[in-house]
Amino acid sequence: MSALAPTESTPSSARAPRADRFARAWSGRRRWPLASIAGGLLAAGLVLLPLVFLVDQALQPGWKEVERLLLRHETAVLLWNTVRLALASTVLCAAIGVAAAWCVERTALPGRRVWAVALVLPLGIPDFVVGFGWVSLEPGLHGYLAAVLIMTLSLYPLVYLPVAAALGGVDPALEEVARSLGLGPWRTFWRVTLRQIAPAVLGGCLLVALGLLAEYGAFEIVQYQTFTVAIFTEFNLGFDTAAACALSLVLVVLSVAVLSGELALSGRGRSLRAGAGSRRPAPRVALGRWRAPVLIGLFVLGGLGLGVPVGSLVYWTVRGGSTTLPPASILTDAWHTAELSAAAAALASALAVPVTALAMRHRNRLTLLIERLAYLPQALPGLVIALGLVSFSVRYALALYQSTLELIVAYAILFLPLAVVGVRSAMAHTSLSLEEAGRSLGRRPLVVWWRVTLPLLAPGLGAAFALVFISSATELTATLLLHPTGVNTLATQFWAYTSDFSYGAAAPYAALMVGISAVPAYLLSRRMITLARMGRR
Amino acid sequence: MSELKIADLWKGYSAQPVLRGLDLDVSAGSLTAVLGLSGCGKTTLLRVIAGFERAQAGRVSLGSRVLDDGRTYVSPERRGIGYVPQQGALFPHLTVKANVGFGLGRAERKGSAVAELLEMVGLAAFAERYPHQLSGGEQQRVALARALARRPEVVLLDEPFSSLDASLRTRVREEVHALLRAQGVTTVLVTHDQEEALSLADMVAVLREGAIVQAGTPDELYTRPVDVELARFLGAVNLIAADFARGVAATALGELTLRPEPDAGAATPRAGHGIVMLRPEQLEVVPRGSVTQGAAGSVEQCRYYGHDALLHVRLDEPGEERVLLARVQGEQALPAGTPVVLAARGPVTVVN
Repeated sequence: MSALAPTESTPSSARAPRADRFARAWSGRRRWPLASIAGGLLAAGLVLLPLVFLVDQALQPGWKEVERLLLRHETAVLLWNTVRLALASTVLCAAIGVAAAWCVERTALPGRRVWAVALVLPLGIPDFVVGFGWVSLEPGLHGYLAAVLIMTLSLYPLVYLPVAAALGGVDPALEEVARSLGLGPWRTFWRVTLRQIAPAVLGGCLLVALGLLAEYGAFEIVQYQTFTVAIFTEFNLGFDTAAACALSLVLVVLSVAVLSGELALSGRGRSLRAGAGSRRPAPRVALGRWRAPVLIGLFVLGGLGLGVPVGSLVYWTVRGGSTTLPPASILTDAWHTAELSAAAAALASALAVPVTALAMRHRNRLTLLIERLAYLPQALPGLVIALGLVSFSVRYALALYQSTLELIVAYAILFLPLAVVGVRSAMAHTSLSLEEAGRSLGRRPLVVWWRVTLPLLAPGLGAAFALVFISSATELTATLLLHPTGVNTLATQFWAYTSDFSYGAAAPYAALMVGISAVPAYLLSRRMITLARMGRR
Repeated sequence: MSELKIADLWKGYSAQPVLRGLDLDVSAGSLTAVLGLSGCGKTTLLRVIAGFERAQAGRVSLGSRVLDDGRTYVSPERRGIGYVPQQGALFPHLTVKANVGFGLGRAERKGSAVAELLEMVGLAAFAERYPHQLSGGEQQRVALARALARRPEVVLLDEPFSSLDASLRTRVREEVHALLRAQGVTTVLVTHDQEEALSLADMVAVLREGAIVQAGTPDELYTRPVDVELARFLGAVNLIAADFARGVAATALGELTLRPEPDAGAATPRAGHGIVMLRPEQLEVVPRGSVTQGAAGSVEQCRYYGHDALLHVRLDEPGEERVLLARVQGEQALPAGTPVVLAARGPVTVVN
């Protein structure tokens, strides 16, 4: 592209037709990667589709109605509920995540390896299962504080993980220099360490805040009214799709606000990346008399975050087993879940390939936009995407409404960012020059793609598939809206039993979901670190 | 200014001793280089002096103040010892100005101190820049200004020039040297580069396997190394068998005077057999027939460096010494195969 810069400034090319200039952006001699562009545009279109029809549906009753709906007192209450929950939980997650990461990464804590895994595992338990775990044991638990408690315990690993990774990357020489310049350990932490890990903290907080905005199940369980709960009620009980869509728009605005706030903050910290050379690992701090309090704190955190939900599941499964053994339907539901999730994972991985190929090999404004759009669902609640798809299918493609295909597409859109992250790391190992080498050895492009590029992409595709599969298998909100009548997944059946207070019957479904996602939670955690870093680009 | 004294220092990681009873005295206001191969413990030594690591046994003191003796331990921020790590380690989130003022109080930071320091290292125009906008040499100078800002009694430099390009290294080295001289601050420089140590330092201490094998002026070390290994480490060397008598060494190159022992006088002159050391620049290459004393040989190889050349000369007599190295002026380089005579200039040092 830089080679084109001088010619672009000449008057003749400034007057060149748009299409011509556009064509030349594809770096001259190379042909347009038509297949990739088609795939990329399809991915971008799928992401945009629910948003477009969400707006369309919200505006159906006219501006006046939207205005009336959004300027109600109830909307203000919802806004206040959502914002105060997001603020409190995000701040708590940041504090807990940073403190825990520092203890595990920087101190001579006994059993560090075990803690490093145990502190991440809550990520493998769906939030609504955590909510179930607490409320089924303590039915009196509800409202704001319950929501803060449950969400903090479920989401703090999203801060813990990137911060732990970042702490490992901070040059210890910086802290040593600060000490030699007369700063004590605490002031060194504030003035140097914290500044270095700030992008990681911010990235983690972003994921926490987005997760909070998107959550539905846990809030329903603790009877706390947020936007998602209200939207769901409006749609499901009030059958008012337009109102639900209008409220969803507020949710989208909130998510975009969070996202741009994070971008603005981390943009200021761009100068943080200075040259990193050979480094020694940071020496670990002896805990001394802090040893007992730190260990107690971590045990409490682990006990509340992991022990309570898991213990509750075990308790209800054992107790429920004697009376109401779930019928064979658990197998059918598991099979449905696996089918749907596998199809979604395949679709999302397939869409991720052209998106990343374009973004990494043919960088220009269009491909960059496609890549950004592919990351967008990370900021969109599943409920919003599901509502958008419902609006689209009900009005323009009724055959699709609550069809298997629609649910699969919803999952694929929702978890496209995970697939892109997975494929992207593998795409870095492929290169055009490898393909050119294959071509020079007399192979046609498709053969080269099949024999050279695809094998190199395989590990990334595998990771992408696994990530999307796990996330789809434990998805609740969109599934509730979109699942075909008569087809239940683990999540929806769990939800049905929980709503009837049949905790014993619900527990095995939750246990199965936790089983699916908890084992690879550690793998997922590594990807999350990458995702948190991607988010900053 | 006070003297930095390290006595019988032991330090190791997981039962593997890195420093084994190290002794070192750094006199006030001097620039002392600690020279050693990587892994010999030189960085660990620096870290113990700075207070980032605690000594397991032994004693580190600065003047009358004990910094670390196994019982007392002064934390790094209370030592008043400046530290310049390998890559400079400038705080990437702070400007050059803020980096230099980092250790100063609020009032001092507002004053002219920072500007003066930047003026001193010649970077006054760079005050508002961020570290990543500076070259490697500029970063090193900022790191030095930052370390000097609190007027430390001692400054520690950990391989400060090793990350710089060869062309830049010499220049930055000279600038830093001049600065430290002007400040008169006691400096400990750690390096694996013997040329750097010899050219910059007042005193060089050679560290090997966790202990100082020899400490002295650069000249002492170069001309009178304690053993063959050290002799080789400090530069190319010729080792020749000799018979000693009356302060003279009889060698294949003729009779050469022996360098007097540093604590000579009382000691009886050497006698018997041994090995003497000759640096390549002590050998003169002359055409055949022009001298009486010397050994005939022929040039086997010529390494031309521009300012000088190193000739590998094979002696004609099939003695125990086959090839000797001789350093000559660049314009005196001779092609391989040229017959020559090697003449030696004393005095020579006996090595063990």
